[in-house]
Amino acid sequence: MNLFDTFSLVLFPYIAVAVFVIGLAYRYRKRGFTVTSLSSQFLEGKSLFWAVVPFHIGILVVLLGHLAAFLLPDVILAWNAAPLRLMILEGMALIFGLATLVGLAGLMYRRFTNERVRAVTTTMDVMLEFVLLAQVVLGVWIAVGYRWGSSWFASDLTPYLWSLVTFSPEVSAAAAMPIVVKLHILGAFLLLFLVPFTRLAHVFVAPLHYIVRPYQQVIWNWDRRKIRDPRSGTSVR
Amino acid sequence: MDVRSQISMVFHLDKCIGCHTCSVACKNIWTDRKGAEYMWWNNVETKPGTGYPGKWEDQDIYKGGWEEDGKGSIRLKGAGKPKSLTNIFHNPHMPTIDDYYEPFTYKYLDLIEAEAGDIQPTARPVSMITGEPMDIQMGPNWDDDLSGTPDHARKDPNLEGLSEAEQEAMFQLERMAFFYLPRICNHCLNAACVASCPSGAIYKRGEDGVVLINQDVCRGWRMCVTACPYKKSYYNWNTGKSEKCILCFPRLESGHAPACMHSCVGRIRYLGVILYDADKIEAAASAPESELVERQLDMLLDPFDPKVIAAAKANGVADSTIESAQKSPTYKFVKEWDLALPLHPEFRTLPMLFYVPPLLPVMASVTDAIDDERRQKIHEIGKKWSDDWIYDTSIEELFGTIDDARFPLEYLANLFSAGDVEAVKSRLQKLMAIRLHRRRETVGDIDEAAVDKALKNVGLTGRRANAIYYLTSLAKFDDRFVIPPAHREQAIEMLDGDVGAVKGETGFGFKRGTNKRGA
Ligand code: SF4
Ligand code: SF4
Repeated sequence: MNLFDTFSLVLFPYIAVAVFVIGLAYRYRKRGFTVTSLSSQFLEGKSLFWAVVPFHIGILVVLLGHLAAFLLPDVILAWNAAPLRLMILEGMALIFGLATLVGLAGLMYRRFTNERVRAVTTTMDVMLEFVLLAQVVLGVWIAVGYRWGSSWFASDLTPYLWSLVTFSPEVSAAAAMPIVVKLHILGAFLLLFLVPFTRLAHVFVAPLHYIVRPYQQVIWNWDRRKIRDPRSGTSVR
Repeated sequence: MDVRSQISMVFHLDKCIGCHTCSVACKNIWTDRKGAEYMWWNNVETKPGTGYPGKWEDQDIYKGGWEEDGKGSIRLKGAGKPKSLTNIFHNPHMPTIDDYYEPFTYKYLDLIEAEAGDIQPTARPVSMITGEPMDIQMGPNWDDDLSGTPDHARKDPNLEGLSEAEQEAMFQLERMAFFYLPRICNHCLNAACVASCPSGAIYKRGEDGVVLINQDVCRGWRMCVTACPYKKSYYNWNTGKSEKCILCFPRLESGHAPACMHSCVGRIRYLGVILYDADKIEAAASAPESELVERQLDMLLDPFDPKVIAAAKANGVADSTIESAQKSPTYKFVKEWDLALPLHPEFRTLPMLFYVPPLLPVMASVTDAIDDERRQKIHEIGKKWSDDWIYDTSIEELFGTIDDARFPLEYLANLFSAGDVEAVKSRLQKLMAIRLHRRRETVGDIDEAAVDKALKNVGLTGRRANAIYYLTSLAKFDDRFVIPPAHREQAIEMLDGDVGAVKGETGFGFKRGTNKRGA
């Protein structure tokens, strides 16, 4: 195991996760104002549709796929036991990966060519887009060039990731991977690392709680059942 | 009975002179920041007109407000749980900056710093978004005073349901009439913005009903911009947060009237507490269209009724708030005197800003009475006036001119009563009767019996007519604004520190600058 492997497969993942957890918690609690999608639809709404929707749907599906391989490797392997099902899974992964790529390319084109959108673009936005682009290109490259990733992820990389989780890093399988895969792993942790410093934070405030919330919200500054209770010592007159 | 208190507003449209002082007062305090330049939490529109953002009332375009769901209840038209979550990446009905206008400034420095030459330097307009020179296409009051009528006034969504002939008559040059419609957030009881916010950042304050967006919780999902049918929730393109009228709550909490109201030149604005029964919100908002106004007014409770007072107290409403409700000018206009109406009740948000409909543009004029039949209706005195006397308050048939209005009542009904002409008419008749009564008192040239009859017809006594006249025309500051003590001593102090120091770089409720985007 060389220095690069130690850094990218062991050291950096720990740094990235630590920065991600502490950084995001700090930002959410202390600087909540900065946690937003920073949507630019208000400045340009028409062409955005064709880029932002494929990008988001693509990346969400791909992410869920990775998550499934990480959490439920046995299920994935069992599914892949039949070649046809394997082909379907891989085909879907590639399609959604390509959607992500096309969407991202569209988003970047829009960001760099539309004057108004450029006016709200920060250095971090640009950097993030290039890291994402590299990561998605690597991902598609792997999907095309190193077939049946869903299987070898589940069988080889999932144990590696779990070894990181349990603080007993076991990197031989990952270290044996081709450089493209190693870069993809590095890219993944780099993105995690960037969450507290970029707009990526919005992923972690996805408003799923909306589903269970009542529509109207009323907030009292005081407890209206107690405020007039003479025993409470405070009372509004 | 779930008694809550709401700070409500009344705008008396006959008094608005369209000076935009209110808008500027608001802008100077709250929206002179990057990303907020285009926002006019208070804006004044000319009606007929398309307003700001263009055609905001047309919900076929903007999909704002609530609609009946066919099952006896209502749902958000362009947002709501399923729609907000599926449209989160791209919200198809959201207005963009061009629907409002691209904010601009002028390169004034060029006037001073240009090199000496043969040609006068000019101050070119530049975009406040990109900083690049631009052609100004639109402004926040682009159709002021009926300018650009073919493009604006004639495309007013409220003309719907008016016959071709009526529309033509409205836009004949000699007969043209208009009035101003100042608008702020209505601080609705069934607020569509609150319901549409996926993050739960928008809420109504229990104590006074002010609707606010928590800037630390807003994540820029932009659903409120679509959902508010009045387009009074705005997206700050710089900070990525939505903002809206805060009813100057820091001013209210210290006993001051909101800036727009305080500065109002025409003194058209009134503010006061109204107690209402929150248990009735759902039913009132889901009522059939023809009953909407009635059901909304039904929710408003009599602050002198001992039962209401007891229920209010049990619900934690302060004595001082109940007292304010008893003195409230808005309660009088809206409920006691039945003079005011909500704007577009058909949006079903139960707005708590009410308007006294304008009588002046409705009334016929001597010059207007082109045919004999109309002239017949005009009283002797009216005929003595010269032909350029515009408004006649002395018609023979007292309410003749209202029916014969030069400004179709259907138009006003489309604005203020979901198309119910009677609701508008009864209020205008009251205004007319008060005018006649006051004319009798001050000029004394109209028939006593006729005036008494007019008052009786609209259910007013001379005393009440005088009270209405007083509050309309003579009322002092403290009569127009009855602000309940906020009892901030009972809550966390939000505004300690020097808020003035960060003005211009921060939003509201912050002590540090918020000018920086993102992380
Ligand atoms: S007017 Fe619009 S922004 Fe204001 S409370 Fe009603 S729905 Fe919300
Ligand atoms: S300040 Fe008053 S009179 Fe002037 S435009 Fe505003 S509401 Fe009308």
